[in-house]
Amino acid sequence: MSNTVVIDGPNVAHGHHAETGHHGHEHHEQHFIMKYIFSMDHKIIGKQFLITGIIWAIIGALFSVFFRLQLGFPNETFPIMETFLGEWAKGGKLSPEFYYGLVTMHGTILVFFVLTAGLSGTFANLLIPLQIGARDMASPFMNMLSYWFFFIASIFMFVSLFVQTGPASGGWTTYPPLSALKEASMGSGLGMDLWLVSMALFVVSSLLGGLNYVSTILNMRTKGMTMTRLPLTIWALFFTAVLGILSFPVLFSGFVLLIFDRNFGTSFYLSEIFIGGKALSHIGGSAILYQHLFWFLGHPEVYIIMLPGMGMASEVLSNHSRKPIFGYFAMIISLIGITVLAFLVWAHHMFVTGMSPFLGSIFVLLTLLIAVPSAVKVFNWLTTIWRGNIRFTVPMMFALGFVSLFISGGLTGIFLGNSALDIHLHDTYFVVAHFHIVMGVSAFFGMFAGIYHWFPKMYGRYMNNTLGYIHFFLTFAGAYLIFWPMHYEGIAGMPRRYYDYSAWSSFNQFESLNGFISIAAIIVFFAQLIFVLNFFVSIFRGRKITTPNPWGSPTLEWTTPINPGHGNWEGDIPEVHRWAYDYKDDGNGNDFISQTTPLKPGEEAH
Amino acid sequence: MSGFITIALMMLVFIIIYQIAKASEYAAILKGEDKIRPQVNRLMAWLLVIFFVLGLYGIWMCHVALKDKMLPVSASEHGVKYDSMFMATMWVTGSVFLLTQAILFWFCFKYQSTEKKTSFFYPHNNKLELIWTTVPAIAMAALVAVGLRNWVAMTSEAPKDSAIVEIVGKQFNWLIRYPGKDNVLGKRDFRKIDDANNVLGQDWNDKANMDDIVAQNGEMHLVVNKPVKLIIGSRDVIHDVGLAHFRMKMDAVPGIVTTIWFTPTITSTEMKKITNNPDFIYEISCDQMCGKGHYSMRGTIIVETQAEYDEWMAKQQSYYAASQAPAAPAATEAAPAEQKTDSVKAITMK
Repeated sequence: MSNTVVIDGPNVAHGHHAETGHHGHEHHEQHFIMKYIFSMDHKIIGKQFLITGIIWAIIGALFSVFFRLQLGFPNETFPIMETFLGEWAKGGKLSPEFYYGLVTMHGTILVFFVLTAGLSGTFANLLIPLQIGARDMASPFMNMLSYWFFFIASIFMFVSLFVQTGPASGGWTTYPPLSALKEASMGSGLGMDLWLVSMALFVVSSLLGGLNYVSTILNMRTKGMTMTRLPLTIWALFFTAVLGILSFPVLFSGFVLLIFDRNFGTSFYLSEIFIGGKALSHIGGSAILYQHLFWFLGHPEVYIIMLPGMGMASEVLSNHSRKPIFGYFAMIISLIGITVLAFLVWAHHMFVTGMSPFLGSIFVLLTLLIAVPSAVKVFNWLTTIWRGNIRFTVPMMFALGFVSLFISGGLTGIFLGNSALDIHLHDTYFVVAHFHIVMGVSAFFGMFAGIYHWFPKMYGRYMNNTLGYIHFFLTFAGAYLIFWPMHYEGIAGMPRRYYDYSAWSSFNQFESLNGFISIAAIIVFFAQLIFVLNFFVSIFRGRKITTPNPWGSPTLEWTTPINPGHGNWEGDIPEVHRWAYDYKDDGNGNDFISQTTPLKPGEEAH
Repeated sequence: MSGFITIALMMLVFIIIYQIAKASEYAAILKGEDKIRPQVNRLMAWLLVIFFVLGLYGIWMCHVALKDKMLPVSASEHGVKYDSMFMATMWVTGSVFLLTQAILFWFCFKYQSTEKKTSFFYPHNNKLELIWTTVPAIAMAALVAVGLRNWVAMTSEAPKDSAIVEIVGKQFNWLIRYPGKDNVLGKRDFRKIDDANNVLGQDWNDKANMDDIVAQNGEMHLVVNKPVKLIIGSRDVIHDVGLAHFRMKMDAVPGIVTTIWFTPTITSTEMKKITNNPDFIYEISCDQMCGKGHYSMRGTIIVETQAEYDEWMAKQQSYYAASQAPAAPAATEAAPAEQKTDSVKAITMK
């Protein structure tokens, strides 16, 4: 079976496959299973990532509804929760153990399964070959494996929700000793083992994907497609992959050591612990070591989540304001700046762990330095829409929302990156508000912009605009209503990850506010279901697109047929003659010039 | 049951929204998309402006509603510096926030697509880009400078005359130890911990332990205007000593000792007057996820004058006397008679 699969790949010019190989773009009937399940077509794999991501997003968001009910209304009971969660919510009241399980799973699912796999998995797969002019990825087989490792990781994570002792419940960062010792928490039993196995498989998936993205971008660009003619989406996805390749292995090593500590009696992270009525024999390990290993991925991970959104927002903002992206090179340089600095700021998550204050001060400097490339990007986006001809399509609305949220969430990072302020704000709701706005909602807005923009490429149909606008305004307003007041709670010192605040005289004044936030969160949850409905119905019932280039975009993906087969272009891959942002009069009444159009005599290249 | 009715209602709302959306799409096609598109565009431009205005109003309303629920004036010297630095950062980021958001929404409205308009081909301008690289860099450098000055002050060595108090986290409460008359905390060893009579694992061969006082109710007493150095530890998992009123926090990590120091400047009694709340109390919150009881890991701090503190301290009994008394009669001799009866009582009660 796998043999035929290899032959079906687009790069068949090598070895003994050449004689039996046929080019991917030649149409031939494929079995349903080969075409849609074990597909090696990058477009199908992208859709697989997207739909798996959507399913995970619904689960992860539903968890947040459950724990927001507890946070907002600690004295009420919700029998409906018992229907969903059974014994974990006996009588309609969430147990603290499962509350922490839900919080942990919400974080893990959204950060890794949705905003890493679901976001860069989808768009790197869909866009890289289409926008650089390649028939498929460098290794379609590895690409397929990348999805299937993600799928197996998903199954392990899903199963962990149903084990008797509950899923991992030590927070998505799973700091040992809490996560290492079964005595410390119920969730640190089998649930934690499954969590670690799942995450290890996830790392494999991410590396297989990332290596493929990088080698495809570097080696398989079509004729004339120099690096400086690439759309910014590709640049962003390129650096996303680089970040993943260099940081996920470190996380993996951290997990391996944790698995050893949990199961084989080592003491990498454990020292001088008395728990469950007895002193453990572990001596000499360092709990802080895990945090260094974790955040060496954990911080680049934030940019793994942000960069694809930045790239897609750049593309969408430029396209729908009919104007080239402002400062193309500055955008690339700022991406490089962010990528390099992303590796040098991890310890700003650890200012109050007792780490040397001198080391802390170096991380303050490097952390605030990263604000500079971020600021450059914001100003360039603003200048991009300046004097544009803005069409408020649904993807454009989300791209504009992305910029607004990125500003709001980015600015609060300036507080947290400064250790002298972090010493009070650390692990309060200020942090929750900051990262939810910037890498949660803002990254989601980048993703939504991408989905609405490239949906016609994926399925040859439009999504429903009216539902799109409703989805946009409910989510945009809702996100600010949820997270803006959380800053106040954080400034007042309210710690995160609390099950109930009513016993605290310093924090219980926010009870009615917590209720308000919960109601807003539930409304936003249902607003996302509007999107889900729109997405799935539009796949089958959406209005068909009639032209191959519905947005009037100069980039290559719109030069393919409306429903491109495996191999993308019928006939030869087009040659590229200009950069991706030539939004100017082409002389035929169009306000853009496709990348495939040769330069006119006397015309200056960008 | 009501849950299911709610869900059914939700479904109904969904179906209605979907039908309306579908109908509006058909209407758009019927009327001709070229006609509808400029109308929708104008509508969206206006909606964004309305969103911005309502947003500003919402920010103001949020501030009015919550400003009285914030922390009172800082109760430590460090905290005063923290508060002023926080406000400075707030001014910088707040003005950038307002400026950039206003520009974003203004541009959206001003440059909305019209029939006649064409966009301005403007791919780059090196001078502009240089300006908005250097200006944020300078602003950041200033904030880093202020931040590091405060950071160095906060994390510097505690003054020599500081009081020393140890605070140890365990699932799910705080243990507090005072060094006693010798002002030295005795040695601890986690292997000597016994929940019945040696909660911190004090080494009774170390004489410095004899006069150490241990409070298991999580109540810490501090003297106003006297610097205090907290020696922070943990028995099991990572906890965090969160002192919101003093604008401080530090992790409690098993296997290592962490410290912070600060000077409390307002007594609990004064703070009751300042906040107009007779029940006001300084709280120690656990700020690092530590298990199912994380949210209930509460400690308290009483800040009092030296006289009040001395009076309270005189009533305390060393943990050695309280827990090991029958086994070591020599120690009980040193303790005042009145306290001896107390400890006997405590033991007989068990």
